[in-house]
Parts: sequence; C-alpha cells; structure tokens
Amino acid sequence: MGERGKDDEMKHRRTNLEPLEPRAETPERQNPMDRPTAPQKPEARLGREVQARIGQQLRAMYNDVVSQGVPDHLADLVRRLGDQDTE
Amino acid sequence: MADEASPEASPMKLDPAIRDQILATVPSLRAFAISLSGNIDRADDLVQETLLRALAHIDSFQPGTNMPAWLFTILRNLFRSEYRKRRREVEDADGRYAETLKSHPEQTGRVEFEEFRTALAKLPADQREALILVGASGFSYDDAAAICGCAVGTIKSRVNRARTRLADLLAIDGVDDFGPDRATRAVLAGGGRG
Repeated sequence: MGERGKDDEMKHRRTNLEPLEPRAETPERQNPMDRPTAPQKPEARLGREVQARIGQQLRAMYNDVVSQGVPDHLADLVRRLGDQDTE
Repeated sequence: MADEASPEASPMKLDPAIRDQILATVPSLRAFAISLSGNIDRADDLVQETLLRALAHIDSFQPGTNMPAWLFTILRNLFRSEYRKRRREVEDADGRYAETLKSHPEQTGRVEFEEFRTALAKLPADQREALILVGASGFSYDDAAAICGCAVGTIKSRVNRARTRLADLLAIDGVDDFGPDRATRAVLAGGGRG
C-alpha cells in the first residue's frame, strides 16, 4: 500500500465521499490516473446521498429484470435439455 | 433405432434439484447480462448460451457449491470473449441503455433513472461488473473475485472506483440541476423514443 494512497484517502474521508465499503485495500488507487478529478466543493456534500442513490438505482435496475422471472423459452430450454442426456 | 451414442452411457438426466437451482438463477443471470451488455437481445443470447454450456458441462459443477457463482462465471467469460470481438459496439452502448428496459415507469424520475443507466454505461467494464456483482447481485467480495478471476483486493478497488466515478457523474446533476449537462443527457436518454 503506497503512502500517497493514504493521503488521498484522508481527503476522501473529509469530503464524505466515503463509499459504503471500507477503503482500506485499494491497491489500484495508487495510480495517479485514478484520482478523482472533481473538485471537492459542493459536490462533496452530496457524496453520501449520491452513494445511497447509486445503491438504490443499481438495485432497482437489477431487480426490475429479476422480477421478470424466467422467460418461457429459457425455462423450456433447461427442462428439455435436463430431461435428455446432455451432449 | 440407431445407437449412435455409446449405449452403456446411461442417459445423464439432470438432477431435478440442480435443474431448479439453475432455473432459480436465471432471473439474476439475465439482470447481470443486461447490465453487462446494455442490450436486451444480446443479454438473452448470452443467458441462453450460458445455459447451454452449463448443461453440457454440468459434470464440472460440484453439487453443494455456489450455483449462481458458477453460472455467473460462465456468463461473464462468454461476455468477455464476445466483448473483445465487439468492443466498439459495446463502447457505443450509452444511447442504448435507455432502450434496454422500458418497464420501469414507476421509478423516481424516469430521467434520473436513465441518467443513472447512462452513467453506468460510461464505466470501464471491469468496474461496472464488479459494482453490479457486489452492489446488485449480492455476491460477497470473495465470490465476485472468483467470478472475475482476480484478487479480492482488486474487486474492492474496482467497486470503490466505480462508486466514486458514478458519484462524480451523477453529482453534476445534483449541483446544477438545469445545466447543459442535464439537458444533454436527457436528450441522449430520450434519444430513441422521439
């Protein structure tokens, strides 16, 4: 874990951009290309809200599909192939 | 009747319990496939191909282990080999995300939802899949790492970067609600619909 990564980490903490998961093991973040480019001003205040919204929308999008269940043609496929010997 | 297959090999009927596990995973496999490909037709092709492979190689599944993780791994590998061939098309997915799903009118703000999808499409594929596996599919970091064939720390890193990047993309809209970015994205998101 690089020392520079640590510095970035502290900045993030202060700006509330702390994601839902601990940031401890983030080897890839040492790459300077990965540093967030947004200025840490008014957006930072929104960090937590935005993170919560990301989680909600991600699950909403996903569950929207999950709730469609198993399309008939896929169910048929599994049953048909399951009933005969697999190739 | 011709015995083209070796007659000794007793027909390998699929254990109904295994079959049910597969069927139970199909809905989330589809959700994962759509999130990866951004295209519902390709997603269904991917799922179908995944199921064919899984059933053809069901021997290599160890009963009692994680069926969803096994199927997701197959699908992800299929997508990756496809993706290499069709990179340009996938990069072009932004506009298609809006078209991907049309069945969520009840969402808090349709435009917002489509903005989210557009932002998600802008993430590098590595980050997007990690975020979805952990944040939506509900896999542990360990399972997600196994599915993606990488270290757990790498998955954590990708998830964090995905979140940060999405926050950046979406925060613009929170600060400057009526700015040109929002307008532009609303147009993009509504692109196919007229």
